[in-house]
Amino acid sequence: MEQLIQQVASGLANGAIYACLALALVMIFVSTDHINFAQGEMAMFSAYLTWQLLQWGINFWAALPIVAFASFLIGVGIERAILRPLHSAPVLSIVVVFIGLLTIFHSLAGAIWGHTIKEFASPFPKVTFAGSGYIGPHQIGMVVVTILLLLALFAFFRLTPLGLAMRAAAQNPSSARLAGIRVDWMLALGWGLAAAIGAVAGSLVAPVVYLEPNMMASILLYGFAGALVGGISSPGGAVAGGFIVGVLENLIAYFGNLLEKASGFYLVGNGEKLSVALIIVITVLTLKPSGLFGHVTVKRV
Amino acid sequence: MATTTTANGLAAVRRMSLGQGRWVWAAVVILALLPIIGGKTGFISNYGFLQLSLMIVYAIAVLGLILLTGFNGQISLGHGAFFAVGAYTSAVLIDQANWPYWATLPVAAIMCFVVGYLFGLPALRLEGHYLALATFALAVAVPQILKYRHFEWFTNGVQGINIFKPAPPFGLPLSGDQWMYLVVLAIAVLMFWIARNLLDSRTGRAMMAIRDHSMAAGTMGINVAHYKTVVFGISALYTGVAGALHAIIFEFVAPDSFRFELSIAILVGAVVGGIASLPGAVIGGVFVQVIEKYADALTKKITTAVHLPIDLEPWTIYGIALIVLMYTMPMGIAGGLALLWKRLKGS
Repeated sequence: MEQLIQQVASGLANGAIYACLALALVMIFVSTDHINFAQGEMAMFSAYLTWQLLQWGINFWAALPIVAFASFLIGVGIERAILRPLHSAPVLSIVVVFIGLLTIFHSLAGAIWGHTIKEFASPFPKVTFAGSGYIGPHQIGMVVVTILLLLALFAFFRLTPLGLAMRAAAQNPSSARLAGIRVDWMLALGWGLAAAIGAVAGSLVAPVVYLEPNMMASILLYGFAGALVGGISSPGGAVAGGFIVGVLENLIAYFGNLLEKASGFYLVGNGEKLSVALIIVITVLTLKPSGLFGHVTVKRV
Repeated sequence: MATTTTANGLAAVRRMSLGQGRWVWAAVVILALLPIIGGKTGFISNYGFLQLSLMIVYAIAVLGLILLTGFNGQISLGHGAFFAVGAYTSAVLIDQANWPYWATLPVAAIMCFVVGYLFGLPALRLEGHYLALATFALAVAVPQILKYRHFEWFTNGVQGINIFKPAPPFGLPLSGDQWMYLVVLAIAVLMFWIARNLLDSRTGRAMMAIRDHSMAAGTMGINVAHYKTVVFGISALYTGVAGALHAIIFEFVAPDSFRFELSIAILVGAVVGGIASLPGAVIGGVFVQVIEKYADALTKKITTAVHLPIDLEPWTIYGIALIVLMYTMPMGIAGGLALLWKRLKGS
């Protein structure tokens, strides 16, 4: 039982990261209908930037906003320079461009910082407290920071005129344009925000998975799974989906372990993380493509 | 504007791929004579023949993706998975059951057709970005699936399987690499010929109709679901046979040879060569192998030429090439050449 609670708790902590990535994916998806395959590598790149600042002796909490802002600029730049001109291009071209971005970020990180695994110290103090047997301080920190980030985003989209303009641009671009909103800049802002959220997620998860160019592959896959489970057109849903798949991932490994202990038959374990994500992705896509909280789109002829 | 260029390019590519049969056969004859000319004079080493074989193998793999994506409009980022299934089917049959290598090829083909067909069933419900997403997940998960504990007794886990290159039969005066080059070439010719005829048939027209407008194709009486799944199977079959050939000439398979990078390489080959063109598959295959072989040297040259502070990696060039290509030649090199040819002729 104790182990079960522990698994759920650490599942929630991982889920926080998946939720961030899922949210970043959704930000881009709702306004452009594109799935950003490079999101994970961009987050990885940002995590390296944070690491670099830490190496230069800057405090994590000072480095994080700097990196988030730098990532924001990178995101805006990518949208304006690379994706804008391809706006009416066929899906394949867009997907290929994303794959191109993915390989560029991946290999650049490898070229600049090398492929060896780097330690990334947790920014949270190592304290013991009631219940610290179940969940570590870094994990609690991840969840808290994620929730703060989500609240800030929620406030931004609900309470500020710019947030309203961005929502309008995503929901109905032509009407928004008529109302005087510069829709293409709103899309670029969305990209920038997604990159910034990814930067936070990457920097927070780096102490858990260690820093290396491949660190985001499985995390991105779970981000995708989270976004799909919650509904890739719904930001709130994507966050919920991220937490759900985080817990699900750990529970599947936990029950796989129980099964092996009870019957001696090995079914799933930590070695099948990616396969489990694959199964979640395909199951959701085929059975309920709109996810739990997303809305169904009707195709017009 | 973009769509008309694409359509023009397509028409031109089509004419090029279907019209110039004589030249293609002449090229094939020259290629087939290479072991006699090049091998005897020592002009091409055994290693050179291995490189040529690998180019042809990748051309077949790229052709599989082109049939699916270019001619049927289904995006796949996960064709490395089918390549892996083909490679493992061949390697396991040779290793465990002592089959002769040639007998494993049809089995690998059928196996991949079935796997592709089954994957095509859920893929039916997915379009565009969603299908890309599902196949992306597949590509990322492949090495892990291959390492699955219950498959270990035949996949040999992380270690992979070693097999031996077959010797030429009937005491032919050829080296193993030269013989396998001929085998690979013959299979490639057969498979390209079948693909050409398939695309020129009723089935091919149905495939392209589905690509251009699946709903309209449906109303015209084309069984969209049937065609899409079967094309997925055929596409997997092509890439799988390429995988099997790769395992045989490379004499080794292991889970980490089939990482996400392989799927990207196949995609890059298809996109660079020309996504809806049979000659494009050949260009793509050559490109994949040449880049894999020479990208390191090339990137070193570029790094020193422009005095970059960091050592660039080949994949950076790959990525930049992909993005630039999407702007300049969305129909790939074959499409670009076809358009150029058309302009030169002034039609």
